[in-house]
Amino acid sequence: MRNSLIACAAAGAMIGVSLIAQQAPARDAQELEILPVHGSIYMIAGAGGNIAVSAGKDGVLLVDTGTTEMSEKVLAAVQRLQRQLQLREPPVDLHWGAETRGTLQSSLSPLPPTKPIRYIINTHAHADHTGGNERLAKSGRTFTGGNVAGDIADAGQGAAIFAYENVLNRMSAPTGTRASTPEGAWPTDTFHQESMKLSHFFNGDGVQVIHIPDAHTDGDSIVYFRGSDVIAAGDLFIMTTYPVIDLERGGTINGVIEGLNRMLDIVIPEFRMEGGTMVVPGHGRLSDGGDLAYYRDMVTIIRDRVQSMVRKGMTLEQVKAAKPTADYDPRWGADSGFWTTDKFVEAAYKTLVPKTPPAKATATTKKKH
Amino acid sequence: MRHISLAIVLAVTFAAALARVPARAEQYPADEVNAQAGGVDLSGEWTPVREEDNTGNTELGDWVGIPMNEAARLRAMAWVASVQTLPEWQCRPHAVSYISRGPSQLRISKEVDPVSRQVAAWHMEWLRSIDKPVYMDGRPHPSENAAHTWGGFSTGQWIGDMLKITTTHIKEEYLKRDGVFHSDRIRVNQYLIRRGNYLTYILVEHDPAYLTEPLIRSTEYQLDVHQNLSPYPCNVVEEVDRARGIVPHNMPGTAQYTEDVKDFANRYNIPWNVITAGAETMYPEIQEKIRAGRARTTEGGKQ
Repeated sequence: MRNSLIACAAAGAMIGVSLIAQQAPARDAQELEILPVHGSIYMIAGAGGNIAVSAGKDGVLLVDTGTTEMSEKVLAAVQRLQRQLQLREPPVDLHWGAETRGTLQSSLSPLPPTKPIRYIINTHAHADHTGGNERLAKSGRTFTGGNVAGDIADAGQGAAIFAYENVLNRMSAPTGTRASTPEGAWPTDTFHQESMKLSHFFNGDGVQVIHIPDAHTDGDSIVYFRGSDVIAAGDLFIMTTYPVIDLERGGTINGVIEGLNRMLDIVIPEFRMEGGTMVVPGHGRLSDGGDLAYYRDMVTIIRDRVQSMVRKGMTLEQVKAAKPTADYDPRWGADSGFWTTDKFVEAAYKTLVPKTPPAKATATTKKKH
Repeated sequence: MRHISLAIVLAVTFAAALARVPARAEQYPADEVNAQAGGVDLSGEWTPVREEDNTGNTELGDWVGIPMNEAARLRAMAWVASVQTLPEWQCRPHAVSYISRGPSQLRISKEVDPVSRQVAAWHMEWLRSIDKPVYMDGRPHPSENAAHTWGGFSTGQWIGDMLKITTTHIKEEYLKRDGVFHSDRIRVNQYLIRRGNYLTYILVEHDPAYLTEPLIRSTEYQLDVHQNLSPYPCNVVEEVDRARGIVPHNMPGTAQYTEDVKDFANRYNIPWNVITAGAETMYPEIQEKIRAGRARTTEGGKQ
């Protein structure tokens, strides 16, 4: 009887913890918050850029890794999420083997080790989205075998990091020069085409990585989890400010708009433009197609205004003075901080002004080789 | 009908007092506030009574009575109804801030905890909306990182026999169907007061982005035991053959932007500085501004 009581108490505690885990968004002891999105996908907020997490019996796949400073907390949050998912598992089937397989035995060690982080996908190269790459990849594992295991000694060490080729170019550097990030943070597998797919389902999802050219940067990708129906947008879509256009790294406002429209092509609402395909933005709250459409509308309208002013030959200062964003500023604008309204207008303007063709070479310069 | 109007005036006055002193609004005597117990039965089929400021569809540039700021006005000037032909706009329901403005019938049902037999949640469902649960079980509102919906996330508490509903996590949407928008940072307090077969529904809307003061609106409903909400299905179709990515809007500087929005002002001879006066238009003193403006127009010709 005593054993039964212990077993019941343990089961009750597990169910209780499990229910708590299902009801409330989990908040880390510090700043991180874990929000369930759909299916196997969760969103970790507070680590720099938002992190989309696929967690389940196949292990963990992360879309982006937050800042370097937050990487330990991200790792702790991922492990805590995995523990919560384990507690949701139904109890051991007790309707057979009654004389050899008791409830007490299964309750002694109910939680096996959590599965490793196996994949990281970077949506772009910025440090608030890739800063945790090295630490989180190191904590993970790549399962290898066959020729790969024999030929590549470190193939099984750490998680694989996927990204568009330009992300690697931005994070690394040619031999002999100093890279902006440590080698352990660099993507291990890159792609050059329009998209790539994970070669197998992961936690029930087909995973598609789609490159959006020249948008927030020149290395952006969105990640679509086809089973859970979730898009991780990276900084192509943020719910905090106007879109950040990184001119130095090849960003353009038309690329951002194309990315937003591309995501809207994928989105199917549950009903009445709400729910259904969910979108994890690069920053800010969890979103859906309705939010994405509003954001697309806003960026498109502002682009049209700036474009019209450019066609009229207005200078940057004249465009700024005309306040093409005034009606959206209370929600999306900023006068201070990293990304001000001024910077956004300037970036939009500079990517819409026709590029001045290079001056024709003179006869003298032609002779030089 | 007169008693209804009086009740609305009293209720709106009461809500206005709440809105103007938001900190004190929460300070009801403890014995009058009870999240679950008390109150009255609100369940039933309610049909809107078309009067007061529940006047149905609005006109272009009718911004009176809305405490909108300059940004909201500029946005309304850029708005064009054709945007609603975009696939992403077609099947949207009216959000919580607007749904009670139109002639939508309302159904309120109650979700009862079978153990305690207390009302765990009220469900409010209008003809052109989606279900809006109002939780009475004391649960907290979601975090700021949670998703927003058209109906928002609502909790309720009884203040005597008046149900106060606090709604957060609402999507950006229109306050009026002529391009006057609220942001997704809006918070809406609602007050439901039942007197027999009449139900007064008051909204006090706070939006730090586009409103300079709380917007207060009321709707009156009458119990209709023969009412049954009909289905309201919607399918997205290609309404306009336009290239992908085009978002209709009025460009600043065009006649559509600067003149079309004056339709309402011109039709009713309301001075433009009244139309654009924002919060001022909510108070009786605006009548003097209307008179003065009209007098100037008479003296000087067209406004």
